[in-house]
Amino acid sequence: MSPLPPTADSQPTGGRQRSAKVFWSQFVYIATGNPVTLIAFSLFLLIVTVAIFGPSLAPFDPLASDAANALQPPSWKHWFGTDNVGRDVFSRVLVATRLDLLISITAVAISFVVGGFLGMLAGYYGGWWDRLVGRMVDTIMAFPLFVLAMGIVAAAGNTVENIVYATAIINVPFYARVARAEVNVRRNAGYVLAAKLAGNSDIRVMALHVFPNALPPMMVQVSLNMGWAILNAAGLSFIGLGVQPPTAEWGIMVAEGANYIVSGEWWMAIFPGAALMLAVFTFNLMGDGLRDLVDPQRRT
Amino acid sequence: MSGSRLAIVGHRLLQAVPSVIGIIVVTFLLTRALPGDPAAYFAGPAANEESIAQIRAQLGLDKTLPEQFWVYVVDLLAGDLGTSLTTGQEVTDDILRRLPASLELTLAALIFSIGVALPLGIMAALRENSWIDHLCRVVVTAGVSLPTFFTGLFLLYIFYYLLGLAPAPLGRLNILYLSPEPVTGLYTIDSLIAGDFDTFWASFTQLVLPAVTLGLFSLAPIARMTRAAMLQVLGGEFVRTARAAGLSRRTVVITYALRNAILPVITTLGMVFSFMLGANVLVEKVFAWPGIGSYAIEALIASDYAAVQGFVLTMAILFVILNLFIDIIYTLVDPRVGIDA
Amino acid sequence: MKRRDFVKGAGGAALGASALSFLKVLPAEAAGKDSTAVVVIGDTINSLDIHRSGTSRPSYQVAVNCYDRLVAFDTKTLADGSLSYDYEKVRPELAESWTVAPDGMSITFKLKPDAKFQDGTQVTAEDVKWSLDRAVSVGGFPTVQMKAGSLEKPEQFVVVDKMTFRIDLLRKSKLTIPDLAVPVPFIINSKLAKKHATEKDPWAREYLHRNVAGSGAYSVERWNPGQQLVYTRNDNWVGGKLPGVKRVIVREVPSLSTRRALIERGDIHMSYQIPGKDAKEIKAGGKATVIGTPVENAINVLGVNFNFEPFKDPKVRQAVAFAVPYEEIFQTAAYGRGVRMWGGKSMTPETPVWPQPFPYDTNYDKAKDLLSQTAFKDGFKVPISINMGLADWQEPTALLLQEGLAKIGIETNIEKIPGAGYRTAALVEKRLPLHIDTFGGWLNYPCYYFFWSYMKGHLFNSSNYDNPAVDQLVNESLHMETSNPEYAKKVMKMFEYAWADLPRIALWQPVLEVAHRGDLEGYEYHFHRVLDARKFSIKA
Repeated sequence: MSPLPPTADSQPTGGRQRSAKVFWSQFVYIATGNPVTLIAFSLFLLIVTVAIFGPSLAPFDPLASDAANALQPPSWKHWFGTDNVGRDVFSRVLVATRLDLLISITAVAISFVVGGFLGMLAGYYGGWWDRLVGRMVDTIMAFPLFVLAMGIVAAAGNTVENIVYATAIINVPFYARVARAEVNVRRNAGYVLAAKLAGNSDIRVMALHVFPNALPPMMVQVSLNMGWAILNAAGLSFIGLGVQPPTAEWGIMVAEGANYIVSGEWWMAIFPGAALMLAVFTFNLMGDGLRDLVDPQRRT
Repeated sequence: MSGSRLAIVGHRLLQAVPSVIGIIVVTFLLTRALPGDPAAYFAGPAANEESIAQIRAQLGLDKTLPEQFWVYVVDLLAGDLGTSLTTGQEVTDDILRRLPASLELTLAALIFSIGVALPLGIMAALRENSWIDHLCRVVVTAGVSLPTFFTGLFLLYIFYYLLGLAPAPLGRLNILYLSPEPVTGLYTIDSLIAGDFDTFWASFTQLVLPAVTLGLFSLAPIARMTRAAMLQVLGGEFVRTARAAGLSRRTVVITYALRNAILPVITTLGMVFSFMLGANVLVEKVFAWPGIGSYAIEALIASDYAAVQGFVLTMAILFVILNLFIDIIYTLVDPRVGIDA
Repeated sequence: MKRRDFVKGAGGAALGASALSFLKVLPAEAAGKDSTAVVVIGDTINSLDIHRSGTSRPSYQVAVNCYDRLVAFDTKTLADGSLSYDYEKVRPELAESWTVAPDGMSITFKLKPDAKFQDGTQVTAEDVKWSLDRAVSVGGFPTVQMKAGSLEKPEQFVVVDKMTFRIDLLRKSKLTIPDLAVPVPFIINSKLAKKHATEKDPWAREYLHRNVAGSGAYSVERWNPGQQLVYTRNDNWVGGKLPGVKRVIVREVPSLSTRRALIERGDIHMSYQIPGKDAKEIKAGGKATVIGTPVENAINVLGVNFNFEPFKDPKVRQAVAFAVPYEEIFQTAAYGRGVRMWGGKSMTPETPVWPQPFPYDTNYDKAKDLLSQTAFKDGFKVPISINMGLADWQEPTALLLQEGLAKIGIETNIEKIPGAGYRTAALVEKRLPLHIDTFGGWLNYPCYYFFWSYMKGHLFNSSNYDNPAVDQLVNESLHMETSNPEYAKKVMKMFEYAWADLPRIALWQPVLEVAHRGDLEGYEYHFHRVLDARKFSIKA
């Protein structure tokens, strides 16, 4: 699990293992070595582009209903057809990309930061910090994840913020555990002791020297969690605890469209479902690629 | 040796206690935070402020939060989870009645999952980096990328509505059949015990689609872990020795490699169960499966606080027990592994 | 049912699985008198006792199918050939005849001598008194419903002799006799119930919650809460012609698409209460028969709360009424199935018929004009609240409404509230500024409708409407005979107020739709909108 040996800049700024150049060549090597990873990264780029430019690319207003043209199958005018109040499905799918990406990135970012911070405290100081964080993490992990998310959103009310918070909370344990383990292993390493002796405060040592080493394994988790966060939001929508109408979000579009499959209007559910699957698929595959990138010894 | 094993197991059990306490507290807070006023619901459609206040006192909801918590814990210890608003029954009865359905579904999904993922993982490991390996990876990742309810509805549409191959999604058993004498509560097992093959086949066919839907999601973690673990083991010394000694491929792979690779796979089961117990909810709604999951959805929407409480508690405690079980199996199987991770 | 019972059986109320083992496979294709009908519903039956607090509406069907009342509404055939209850004619059910006293202040009923409960004992006046006493004493919805027919105190119910029963009236009212035909005043086997009553539970609530002690057309063979209810025919029923099927299985299937798949594949006999879209498409597809009956005395409305500042100005309310895209909503949410309730010609009604179209329609210019004459000409923000349990028609309605209101500068957001919470927020707390609601009066009189939804402080008046003139009109007309010429005048005056003051803006009159397999006959529509299986039969 150790990174590449340090290059020329192994100064007391410590922790920086490779220069950007090395990182980039490593990246290219990984990406081209495994075709699946390359596809994953390209798709990710596509998704991010759509998320950024989505609303301007959409041919119709995703919220504009057109009752006379409800439930139209895909055509040249409406590539993905229209839904039960006449809204253009293609525009909604495009615009939803931004929301879903935002939900997953925000949720994962929060749990990454909070989990990482708590884990770091637990791993570095040990003692009752460790016990406190450990108990908290155990309690969260004691619930089947979706059940806890359901409970939190039901109790707090189904707004986008609460969905993000609920997803963030249930993901904290992963990051906390990893951060704790990594920090724990390294806290007595030579360079850390040296930094402390040099007069750096605990916080500085943790943030600049120890934590960056803990980053790599956590990064891998990030990608997987992002896919899971989107699926979580979709599941909540299906049982009625998701975003409110008329917001365009993949999960709720699939949930609502599901009712129309039996009556033959398949496009309402299939297209957002495909978009959802593509995004989650990309994140999952990217997770593999990130793992390979970050740790050559653990390539699968 | 067994003495220390027992000590390890006992130690593990003790470690689970704080989790259980945490679960009880969190569940209580969650359900008290649910929107909606159960007193108003109970008081009925024509109630006014006065009768609602009366009912609230009856239900004990006018006490302070710590008082309510105390009552809650005391009731819990007596096995009383309250009465459900939506079904009108005792929550404990509801849950005990519906739990076997969820358990049967989860078990069937697990068997399906392991049965498909294990061979896939082994195959991928044996033919590392070949097109088979990549294909497995893609297929398995696809399974984990779709929302469970979507897969369920899709399979339902194809196999029931279009092809008519699957039976009507009316729950565990076709209405023509009466459920078998309950021994385990699992219809498939009970009907076999009773020697009733018609009912067995009927309950089995009802189980197929929901179990596959639920199991599809767990293919990925199990297959990946199997592959990774197998790769690691296959590169080890003792496997090389076995091969050099001329043992058949089959023996090497199954008897030697798999036996050792199985350990990390067992640890992924914890995560798999966590997912399954949660996704139960979605699958049960799609297939009208009368388990705990569908019970929970109705309860959540209706802010049926007692039922939600019972559901969350049950799931969490079930999960703790399952994890304990996995940990215990792990330590029993591999004496090298210490308890402190 | 105690926890032990779980181990003994898969949860049966009356009989255990073992007693039915000889019926391992029910003959599915048996037609005629011994057949079994299978019906699916989307909601849950949570009690067998309509008097219990917290009993859900779908549970009322047990009171309808398994219990009798003194009288019942007769049946009529509608234009499309389907059966419906006849709100104008009441016929004997447990009472073979009744006479009104010369002074009109009491009614004496003679019970049918051959009326027996399902356990074989005779139905007596004692049982009738105990049952009606219970209905007016348990509180909550049943007691309020009894009040509507001026049935308020146990003292009104008198046992004259074993087979004769008298009700003393507090006032003469046209609503008393019809109110005896609604599900609430059902006749319970008081001897059996009293055996299970205790000091703390004198009305045998615990027992009747899970057991049926009635004389009705069916008994409950098996109740698995949350899953199914199985009715078995009572061959000694005297309340009407015996049902044509031996058994009815009511299965609870929460998913809409699953219910639709089931009826389209013909795996079940009936899917009860289907949404407009499915009704329209199944009918067109021809795989099942669809019957849609307009629900009289019911309207789907937009509630405008007088507690909300902008809505205190009548011009604002009228502006809203002109900004509703009525036809679009009707087509998109109701799929064109229902009766249009807008486009009336004048602000004064010409007939005392209710419901009738309100004198408003979609006219954005007029709406903008009206709004500009108020203090809110720059618009305002308001949430539209809908009932999540009825989202299939309320959500499209709200979405289109949102667009219509946006055109005149009113900004809205949609608030979805789960079913149980919605009733509380809308009806008890009356705190929703703009909400979509539906109310159907069980007794088909306009005064009855206005009594519930336009009188100050009454339950279904979710708009906090307070008009003493209307209150007085309702009180005067409620017990008046419809043949009285004053009645029509008062009722039309009420309509005028309703249209001018607009606490409720009518959208459309809903339709109750069911889909059934070709071989099932005997579906009868009732105002209570729950399943009545007593006329079912299956063609060979």
